[in-house]
Amino acid sequence: MSRPAGVAEREMALCEQVLKLVGNRADALVRAGGGQSSLTRFANSCIHQNVSEDTAGVQLQVTVDGGRTAGASSNRVDADGLSALVERALAAAALRPEDPEWPGLAEPQPGRGDDHWDDATAEASPKARAEAVEAFVTAGEGLEAAGYCSSSWVEVALANSAGQRLVGRSTSASISGIQRAVGPDGKADGSAEWSSSRLSDLDASWAGERAASRARAGTTAEDIAPGQYEVVLEPDCVADMVQFLSFGFSGKAYADGTSFVHPGEAQFDPSFSTWDDAADDRCVGLNFDTEGTPTAYLDLVKEGISGGLAHDRRSAAKAGVKSTGHATGSTAFGAFPRNVIVGGGESSADELISGVERGLLVCGFWYTRILDPKTQVVTGLTRNGLFRIENGEVGPAVRNLRFTQSYAGALGPDRVLGIGDDGRRVGNRWVPSLRLSAWNFTGGAQG
Amino acid sequence: MFDAAQSAVEGALAAGASYADARVMTRRTESMNARNAVIEDLSQSESTGLGVRALIGSSWGFFASADLSDRAARSAGEQAAEIAKASALVPGPDTALADDDTPAQAHWSSTWQEHPIEDVSLSEKGDLLVSVTDAMRSVKGVSLATAAYAIWDTDKWLVSSAGHRISQRIVECGAMMNSTAVGDSETQRRSYPGIRGQYGTSGWELVRQVDLPGNAVRIAEEAAALLSAPQCPEATTDLILGSEQMALQIHESVGHAIELDRILGWEAAYAGTSWLEPDKMGSLRFGSDLMNVTADATLPGALGSFGYDDEGTPAKCVPIVEQGTWVGVLSGRDSAAQVGIPSGGCVRSDGWNRLPMVRMTNVGLLPGESSLDDMIAATDDGVLMDTNRSWSIDDKRLNFQFGCEIGWEIKNGERGRMLRNPTYTGISPQFWGSMDMVGNKDEWIFFGTPNCGKGQPSQVGHTGHPSVPCRFRNVRVGVRG
Repeated sequence: MSRPAGVAEREMALCEQVLKLVGNRADALVRAGGGQSSLTRFANSCIHQNVSEDTAGVQLQVTVDGGRTAGASSNRVDADGLSALVERALAAAALRPEDPEWPGLAEPQPGRGDDHWDDATAEASPKARAEAVEAFVTAGEGLEAAGYCSSSWVEVALANSAGQRLVGRSTSASISGIQRAVGPDGKADGSAEWSSSRLSDLDASWAGERAASRARAGTTAEDIAPGQYEVVLEPDCVADMVQFLSFGFSGKAYADGTSFVHPGEAQFDPSFSTWDDAADDRCVGLNFDTEGTPTAYLDLVKEGISGGLAHDRRSAAKAGVKSTGHATGSTAFGAFPRNVIVGGGESSADELISGVERGLLVCGFWYTRILDPKTQVVTGLTRNGLFRIENGEVGPAVRNLRFTQSYAGALGPDRVLGIGDDGRRVGNRWVPSLRLSAWNFTGGAQG
Repeated sequence: MFDAAQSAVEGALAAGASYADARVMTRRTESMNARNAVIEDLSQSESTGLGVRALIGSSWGFFASADLSDRAARSAGEQAAEIAKASALVPGPDTALADDDTPAQAHWSSTWQEHPIEDVSLSEKGDLLVSVTDAMRSVKGVSLATAAYAIWDTDKWLVSSAGHRISQRIVECGAMMNSTAVGDSETQRRSYPGIRGQYGTSGWELVRQVDLPGNAVRIAEEAAALLSAPQCPEATTDLILGSEQMALQIHESVGHAIELDRILGWEAAYAGTSWLEPDKMGSLRFGSDLMNVTADATLPGALGSFGYDDEGTPAKCVPIVEQGTWVGVLSGRDSAAQVGIPSGGCVRSDGWNRLPMVRMTNVGLLPGESSLDDMIAATDDGVLMDTNRSWSIDDKRLNFQFGCEIGWEIKNGERGRMLRNPTYTGISPQFWGSMDMVGNKDEWIFFGTPNCGKGQPSQVGHTGHPSVPCRFRNVRVGVRG
């Protein structure tokens, strides 16, 4: 699966070709990308689905009359295809109502930071992914393993008629899976995930062993009464919390009044800080947004105090500030922090646990849904490991529980009792374990 | 297009595949979104490509490319086979396929009166969204009004090494709108015709039928009123669910639970498994005697309808629950072979670049004898809820907690005051076992869900859910954090 040379140059040439076709008929923004995405999936301890796709396409946004905007995309990149794309977008723009809030195009400005790129990951073979799967599966001898190993690369060029030109590229790789152990009352699962911009960073054996140890320890789970418990949340759980919190830091949600965020107020514990930084080496993805604005460093929470908001050009214009480069490509959705990092602490995961007299160790959340964005109340279940903590030691496994809990409230002043030094990337977020004073479990998963 | 698919299949076979199939797909989409009388997003897309699937040993290999030249198509087939071969490092038992005795060579098309892209102008569609959001935001207390529509027009050509040669055209569309009232400490939202709207394999006539303009002010007034309505009390009581929430209930606690790939553990790491076990099919009690569920891909206009699935199996109606007993599953040729049944014809991919997998068709409840009015009149003390707001269910599809946008108190057979933040929770077989009234065919609506997520890489499925109002006894409601 060798990678063709000169992809970025080819994509930028496509952008220039499209801009030329649009000419002076409209303000235009073009984004062209190419890449390959591959994923090797396993279940019942064997590879059952093994896929790869070549990706390519051009996205065009045109604005006529200073406020009639339409977007069009196509994966036909021959001359006829590009011409059809341009004419379709222009025809659509002319027919739509005027948008008085159109914020204009991004002005020319340089990119920020280095690409998150690794040649070996871009060239990764199905054999390399299968070897990682083999290591994960082998680490759980006698157990049932399921999950995936993925690798991908993408190169993107962006150009607009205001003169902005950017190219970027990114690689990504993940090993993610569960091990399943059979116990007296069914199967117990343990999970582990490891992601990076470099396939060689992944330690699939470590991930498989960690998942296996959790699964084996969970086979004799006992019931526990729902209620409020002190908890140690592992990074998988914290990543989920950060995702929901991130919606609140959208400039659009704030302007709409649906955000929980009050900038400048001490809404969180003083020990808790989180920020968005697309240039940080721990992240993956591009360093600029879909509008062509370089993604700025953004403090979301600094020492407990809610900070800045993520903006695209539209919400920024409304707020009277500059875009932070967090556009998602959907005006309706608004801006979103995509590369969130939670500041790590100085305690090991074991030290976090050792401070808990009576509580629960939660290894993962599942199917979390927000009940109201303004209160940040979320319901979901525990999954892939739930254990008692008694007198600072991890005790017996507990059957899964449902919770209904405000994520912002759980991180409020005096609620964060410890932050781990075990930060790792989960999805596109870098998060450590957290020890929190209270978590509201509202029911048993079995009824 | 058949030629490219044929070349891909030949490439895969030459590279060692025991079976191969290939789909060429062209999909046009169009969507528009309005907020407070301003069009925020208008986008159109066109995508064409080829995906080829090769079976070697225990694994499918799959490769997708937008290049439809003969050379590239053949190479795609070869690459699919090479990817499958790499799977041999972590092998399992060889994958078998359920027989398809008469591979179809056919064409099928969905039907429409007004093609939603070709027959309805952008300006008309934009005017509709602008006007309904303008009407909703004019209601006092409503600060956010949004409306949107989405259209998909898909052509696909399937060729398999077993002899399938099938072309299909499927046109789908739908629309939605909602109003949000923002209070000091919470928000309240009302959506119509459902949380995501109403969608079907239909033309623009479906959007006209749901009548957004005729419902805009009503839902806006309800959103504003909810801010000051009393909280849904915590109680164990009788619960009546409107048909839109029933569609969600069916989708989450029946539809996903009966996917055979989940039951077999193929989705264990991500979507999860199921509380159902194959050896209990035909005897296990899923619900009360009033519970009759089918997966029917032949329903005209429903979002989960088609002529042939993406393996070439003709659309069919599969009995799922009969008088409360679990009797069937959603399956494809590979999963069906594992339990010794014919394929249910439920395998679909969300585009040319995705591996086909088991997806819901139209999983729905067959109508009963009651009406919503009958249910209210027969309830001394209970809650009526409708329109989904949040949904959470465990990885076996057993424990769920769902929130609705709106509720009403039911006292002495009459609908009383409005309730805000209504939620309910339950365990699937107990919950369905408590169902004692089922809406009749006059209230039978084919709801469409256009955003069902499953698989890795992620795929979005379009599913249908015939639904009626139902009553359940002794349900825990009003769960709060």
